[in-house]
Amino acid sequence: MNKIANKQVINDVLLEESAKDKDIVVLCSDSRGSAGMKPYAEQRPEQFIEIGIAEQNLVSVAAGLASCGKKAYAVSPASFLSTRSMEQAKVDVAYSNTNVKLIGISGGVSYGALGMTHHSATDIATMGSMPNMRVYLPSDRLQTECLIRTLLKDDKPAYIRIGRNAVEDVYQEGNVPFELDRATLVKDGSDVTIIACGELVGDARKAAQELEEKGISARVLDMYCVKPIDRDAVIKAAKETKLIVTVEEHTMYGGMGSIVAQIVAGNAPVKVVNLTLPDEPVITGKSREVFSYYGLDAKGIVKTVMEQL
Amino acid sequence: MNLEAKAIDIRKDIIDLIYKAGCGHIGGDLSVTDILVDLYYKQMNVSPENINDPDRDRFVLSKGHSVEALYCVLADKGFFDKKELFDTYSGYLSKYIGHPNNKINGVEMNTGSLGHGLGVAVGMALAGKMDNRSYRVYAVLGDGEMAEGSNWEAITAGAHYNLDNLTAFVDRNRLQISGTTEEVMTADSQENRWAAFGWNVLSIPGNDITAIDSAVSLAKGTAGKPTVIIANTTKGCGVSFIENKAAWHHKVPNEAEYQQAMKELSERRAQYE
Repeated sequence: MNKIANKQVINDVLLEESAKDKDIVVLCSDSRGSAGMKPYAEQRPEQFIEIGIAEQNLVSVAAGLASCGKKAYAVSPASFLSTRSMEQAKVDVAYSNTNVKLIGISGGVSYGALGMTHHSATDIATMGSMPNMRVYLPSDRLQTECLIRTLLKDDKPAYIRIGRNAVEDVYQEGNVPFELDRATLVKDGSDVTIIACGELVGDARKAAQELEEKGISARVLDMYCVKPIDRDAVIKAAKETKLIVTVEEHTMYGGMGSIVAQIVAGNAPVKVVNLTLPDEPVITGKSREVFSYYGLDAKGIVKTVMEQL
Repeated sequence: MNLEAKAIDIRKDIIDLIYKAGCGHIGGDLSVTDILVDLYYKQMNVSPENINDPDRDRFVLSKGHSVEALYCVLADKGFFDKKELFDTYSGYLSKYIGHPNNKINGVEMNTGSLGHGLGVAVGMALAGKMDNRSYRVYAVLGDGEMAEGSNWEAITAGAHYNLDNLTAFVDRNRLQISGTTEEVMTADSQENRWAAFGWNVLSIPGNDITAIDSAVSLAKGTAGKPTVIIANTTKGCGVSFIENKAAWHHKVPNEAEYQQAMKELSERRAQYE
């Protein structure tokens, strides 16, 4: 079982790259510990800015730095980053088109029992609705590394959501298929397509294996690039398989499943079922317990496919 | 250059622009004009020739609704074509939107929603410190805008990081769209508030260019902390019937009012001939 959380990979990549690139700046809002950014903060103090518990200012300051040529990484809990500082993301980052990467840590229901104040189950909707803002939910540590290394090369806004805890690897070290803004085909199949993002890609893959044993051929797409979404992969899936099931750690409106349904409806109508968190405060529990309760885990995905196909 | 005369010319341009376009925030434009004239014609190291120079001074108009004043100054300085501005401002498909936009030459950052500009300016000032650059950063905020909580996050950070390369102005004209600032939401005392957060505070008559210029020079010479200049201005300054009237926050002059305003300004301008 992998013990390396996605946030640790982000720390490691930024620490490594910032030695060569003095324009990389990381900003935190009293979040360096929860963000796994302590090693970076300690080893690159001249390229680290503490903003305190002030998420609005975190994003404005990051935009000001970016306007002066810095590559600004604002790292803060996804819940606060995607709503408290939503307007700063909209005006200072997206509309002003500044080179700010907003890293939402402990995303989705990662904080578990801390409750809805700390959950960020609306961040795809809030961030994705802004022109110029890209939204990425990488699945495992290996893909996270590919994503951050790739985003370091561009100068456009992006929001990246990662979970709090280590998740099982989806890919293999040394063999991580990755193309920016293209869904990764985790497994091919011809009966149903399961499109997942973030931590739930692992569940989608497991579900596909179980379905295979039941004689159902399931394709799995890792749609880490929620925006711009890989339209071609979605339309191809709609044309080649009889059912699309989307799986995401997000509320039911405005998430990845909504975007998939929009594309399918307009291009190649086929049945789309969205597995999401409910439009109500979620139950108390650890991430895995919450996923299981709402049918977002492998078992729930298999059940949905069997019922709907 | 006579800056007082220049400020009258810019005021005439502002009124022309608003009259022609049929929209604009005339009251705040006229209160902030003298600050912009001192910064752009005397104090700031920024011109159309150095807009990509990393050492240029940075300006952020946090009270972005005073965009007509900023555009008239930038056009006069040659950042873009004045005729194009006047022909298209706020019109269909115009690039000259009714709030500052960084696609326009000379505009550093998009503003318009209040309470953003100072935080951005803090980031610019931090970047200057990190890179050991000598540029200075200026931000102009409105007094009604000081009710935005995000400003106080930025004020805290500006003092925490000892950003003596940052100068903020508060355009203290004491009026906002619904009435006086003290009726709408108490804004006094700006001086005490900023001082309590650790800023060097200067309070001046804000439509007096000599006073503005001295204050900016004092700010440049102040080490170890950022400076705020509380500019006690008159909303609508320079046109008798617009001055100190909340109704003129974004009212557009009719033909008679337009003629009267231009007449007043032209008469005052003639004194400098």
